[in-house]
Amino acid sequence: MDFKDYYATLGVARGASTDEIKRSYRKLARKYHPDVSKEADAEAHFKEVGEAYEVLKDPEKRAAYDQLGADWKAGQEFRPPPGGGGQRRYYYRSGDGPASGGEEFGGFSDFFESLFGQGGMGGGARSGPAGGSFHYRQAGPARGEDQQARLRISLEDAFNGASRTLELRSPDGGTRSIRVAVPRGVTEGQRIRLAGQGLPGMNGGAAGDLFLELTLDSHPIFEADGRNVLLTLPIAPWEAALGETVGVPTLGGRVDLRIPAGSQSGRRLRLKGRGLPGKPPGDQIVTLRIDTPPADSDAARALYEEMRSKLPFNPRHGLGG
Amino acid sequence: MTREQMEILMGQLLDESVELELTEFCRICHTSEEFVLELVAEGVIEPHGEERAHWRFTGRSVRRTQVAVRLHHDLDVNLPGVALALDLLEEIERLRR
Repeated sequence: MDFKDYYATLGVARGASTDEIKRSYRKLARKYHPDVSKEADAEAHFKEVGEAYEVLKDPEKRAAYDQLGADWKAGQEFRPPPGGGGQRRYYYRSGDGPASGGEEFGGFSDFFESLFGQGGMGGGARSGPAGGSFHYRQAGPARGEDQQARLRISLEDAFNGASRTLELRSPDGGTRSIRVAVPRGVTEGQRIRLAGQGLPGMNGGAAGDLFLELTLDSHPIFEADGRNVLLTLPIAPWEAALGETVGVPTLGGRVDLRIPAGSQSGRRLRLKGRGLPGKPPGDQIVTLRIDTPPADSDAARALYEEMRSKLPFNPRHGLGG
Repeated sequence: MTREQMEILMGQLLDESVELELTEFCRICHTSEEFVLELVAEGVIEPHGEERAHWRFTGRSVRRTQVAVRLHHDLDVNLPGVALALDLLEEIERLRR
């Protein structure tokens, strides 16, 4: 296993005071806290920082760590001293689950466990560095940890409802599959709680829960805004000027939309109840965009020139032009 | 087991229509009633219902409380700080969308 330079992780000198260590830890913990940071590897960083602090804040652990000597470099192959390692397992609240290709964590590093595995943590349950609780083998029943995962679905799935199969990793490296119903009308960022589908409890304790956070894939023509669905609708200049009924796609199928005469680009029309289902259902908001035909033929040019000569129209009159 | 044979799990959608009683809410959020009372007093979460016995919590309160528990515990942020952080995090999330 690799040696871990806990001082470098916290960015402090080997002789740093407890206050300096605490200050540095706090700063880095805020920077990398998974609920705050959007950095891709924030949770891994947070875990490393938490592990380093777990050792350096404790005079006994720090002394034991310092006894290894100052010549070690981070990443250097490390063989634990005899009598150090233990078999205690730490279970760690996962980040994004494998459903989204995210990472899960199994607790402190092997390096930590090789040094402090026997009694590295006190009795009972206590917080881990990333906000999860480390539960370890103890006499009483302990509820399993919750798991978090992100589930990407299409807008059509959000509209119609769907089911998805997820592969879940357990701390011991095993995997299991579950199939989950995604109800109709879910929106971006909503969460589904699957009771008892988190990490298993210990000593008869109940399993934790699995929380799935839903993310909607981008759609080629629609955009979701809560339960509303937005669509930009291209129309011809004469449809805008004269009014027209045109077919418009919605998630539930095509519907007719009456474009009022005299419409301009940017006009928003509401198709009530045509958004994502719910109580109340969302609307589809159609924004008109006038596309002008190219003047790429004699006939087209003649029409444009006729409009120029016959229509007293200055689109920039509001600008004083 | 094939995909067709696999049982489909129906989860609980934690949206604004869900109504959780205090005990269930605490269990889901892995926290104590005392901490929830403090969050309510601080305005971090706002249950429906006047009296404590009739409080009902929505999905948004679940998310805010879970994050509050972690921020409070991991970063030693006090409750006014937690409230501020949660509001700012939600604002950032809204702007990102």
